[in-house]
Amino acid sequence: MIWNLRRTDLLAVGLALLLAWVVIYPILIVAADAADWAAVRAFLTRPGEWAALWASIWISLLSVVLAAAIGIPLAFLFEWFDFPGRKTLGALIALPVVLPPLVGVIAFLFLYGESGFVARAIQAALHLEHAPWRLQGAGAILLVHAYSMYVYFYLFTRAGLAKLDVSMLEAAQALGASTRATVWRVIIPLLRPSLVGAAMLTFMTALGSFSAPYIFGGGFRVMTTQIVATKLNGDLPLAMVETVALAVIAVAGLAILRGTEGDDILVALGKGIAPRPRPIRRAGVRRLATVAGWGLAILLLLPHLTLALVSLVPYGAWTTEILPPVINLENYRRLFSEAERLRPMLNSLWMAAASTAVAVVLALAGGWLVVRQRVALRRVIEGLLALPWALPGTVFAIALAITFSVNAPLQLRFVLVGTAVILPLAYLVRALPLTGRGILASYRQLDPTLEEAAASLGAGRWRTLARVTLPQLRPGLAAGASLAFVAALGDIVASIVLYTYETRPVSIEILSSLRLAETGVAAAFGVVLMLVSAVVLGVGARR
Amino acid sequence: MTAFLQIQAIEKRWRSDVTVGPITLDIARGEILALLGPSGSGKTTMLRLLAGFETADGGRITVANEEVTAVPAARRRFGMVFQHYALFPHLDVGQNVGFGLRGRGQKISEALALVDLAGYERRKVHELSGGQQQRVALARALAPEPRVLLLDEPLSNLDPALRERTRRELRQVIKRVGITTVFVTHEQEEAFDLGDRIAVLNNGGLEQTGTPEDLYERPQNLFVATFVGRANVFRGNAARALGARDGTVVVVRPERLRFAGAGLPGVVRERRYTGAGAFFLVEGDDENRFEVLAEPDAARVGERVYVEATRVIAL
Repeated sequence: MIWNLRRTDLLAVGLALLLAWVVIYPILIVAADAADWAAVRAFLTRPGEWAALWASIWISLLSVVLAAAIGIPLAFLFEWFDFPGRKTLGALIALPVVLPPLVGVIAFLFLYGESGFVARAIQAALHLEHAPWRLQGAGAILLVHAYSMYVYFYLFTRAGLAKLDVSMLEAAQALGASTRATVWRVIIPLLRPSLVGAAMLTFMTALGSFSAPYIFGGGFRVMTTQIVATKLNGDLPLAMVETVALAVIAVAGLAILRGTEGDDILVALGKGIAPRPRPIRRAGVRRLATVAGWGLAILLLLPHLTLALVSLVPYGAWTTEILPPVINLENYRRLFSEAERLRPMLNSLWMAAASTAVAVVLALAGGWLVVRQRVALRRVIEGLLALPWALPGTVFAIALAITFSVNAPLQLRFVLVGTAVILPLAYLVRALPLTGRGILASYRQLDPTLEEAAASLGAGRWRTLARVTLPQLRPGLAAGASLAFVAALGDIVASIVLYTYETRPVSIEILSSLRLAETGVAAAFGVVLMLVSAVVLGVGARR
Repeated sequence: MTAFLQIQAIEKRWRSDVTVGPITLDIARGEILALLGPSGSGKTTMLRLLAGFETADGGRITVANEEVTAVPAARRRFGMVFQHYALFPHLDVGQNVGFGLRGRGQKISEALALVDLAGYERRKVHELSGGQQQRVALARALAPEPRVLLLDEPLSNLDPALRERTRRELRQVIKRVGITTVFVTHEQEEAFDLGDRIAVLNNGGLEQTGTPEDLYERPQNLFVATFVGRANVFRGNAARALGARDGTVVVVRPERLRFAGAGLPGVVRERRYTGAGAFFLVEGDDENRFEVLAEPDAARVGERVYVEATRVIAL
């Protein structure tokens, strides 16, 4: 049995090394290569660099504020008040979370862009010569961020409120606290872990956001777009310095937010009975809440409806009219009948599937070693699985691009850039925290006596895995895997740095369709991406 | 007695200061052995060593002269009923019972009939009551016809009213199957009722093995005397007053004490009425306290009494 113990430790070392090789090693290489004096000086002296760095910081912070301002009141409205349509609407307004960022961005473009639906309508109504506005710059980026990231605050706050014990609110009232005092002195402090969690997620997403600044930024640059632009200009040393700078901001931001998190007191106190939603009594207020709720839902869903509409308009058919004159399925027919259009779809599908499958296997091995075997390296393995979450996707994209464009087998560096392997590898790195978190959490909840029961009934290791362990891990596994799959399917951050023409994914095809003004095809791609994502996430969330 | 299951100097070292064993025990074919002890006594470790979930640091386990010490749980053919049953929540009752059978469907209904749950095959596990879950767990453990049945606190999850009835049914099923059984409990009553023989464990060591009567009437040490059943411990003068030789410690069961005209003097401090009788807490003159079980009206609180013993256990 001592021999057996050594074997699990060996497996743990092997897994830790493998994870370190894909997760940390490329970052270390970039950090080492970034110590290039000329590049550092260029970074420090060029005003454009500082502007982009500063822009990344304040855009991210403002995104957090805006998302909180929309998401938190919505959560209270839907968790605490009852009005017609509460359940349906409550689910509908969580929808943006299932959409790949790029799809949301182009949907926004088609709706609010200068040649979009709304602008056109206003232009026609007021007989203007030009579009009434240009959707560009920091304001446009913030608008898209607020629109797509309020969901984090909405979902986290609702989850926090659902855990709240109604007796605590009653206690506050019995002690004579007013409603306002109850909110500020009881509810908000208890919700703090949820709110900080949402803030961290929003900050990281905003900092790593690429599609919105890329499409709407114009001359306004943030670090993610700046890095890609520098890389495309061929100034690799400078790109590496920028990458390190972005990574430093991300880590610092996370550390600061972590410090404010506090313990999860709600969990520590155990589960109480959540307050039941109160029906709104006054008819006028009730009607107002209903109208506002539905109005909001339509406003939030409008971009996606627009995307669906645009996808039905054939090339060149819609010029100056308010409503499209022709509607048919021409774009979809081209999508599925032209080999060159079908290829990016198949590319994205197999690359997302492959990276998700490997991420699931690695997370399962990690879960078994960390939770069940409690190997000495368990903290290292868990940390490596979670790490990619703490750094923006652009950082990993650049790190992989640099590490795996050199053939130096002794340094464990191989030429993978330009092959079909590099994009799935990049997706895999981003998938690890998602599958890792889901599977580790499920593993921790899994009663070890179930596996012992299987063993005492004569089931060997593999039969126990297939018949007991995997079925029990299924919810966490499916949730993690579906999130990882959808993230890979809609990825643009890594793809734009690492793709080749042969392996180009859907996101790249959408961008090139937009460049060729084939908005209908781009929209059709977006709709397909949206539907596949929604179906996959729906399957993944099934209990 | 031919030993079917032999435990020879089995030992498990958790840390240098926490060890279980070495313990040696022989269990006959068809016998039900209780491992009785307080929490932390090592009884659960013993059961897990038998099941193969823990590996022994010394000693051997043999079944029918076949050594199984290093045989993994999956190939040991020992059935186990877990404290919280460990029924697979994603499988129905029939699939749970059939898990160890590998497709011999007829055995499932036989096993369910054995525990009086015939026709429950398609039920979901969470739809069952605690008592039914316990029986499914028993049927599942017995279905593959294991060589030994192990039960970990088999009744601790049931409410007290159900426990006594389930205990009898459990013993009936085990005896009908005739399987050699080892079970763990921390309750003396359960050990007496269910076990043919009891092994008392304390601090990782075996204190005494014997029938319920052996343990109650002839405990070998103070731990067994006080852990198994109620016991009054007397030393010095009090012991001498009850007829013991100098320097011995004597143990007397409350029902073996009675009020008399002469003997150990004391004052009744409390009376606890139990219906059939009453426990009288008596404070002796040298301030030791002891319990007398007697007729409800044998004495009053505050009364000065003399107590004599009808049977003493000298240690």
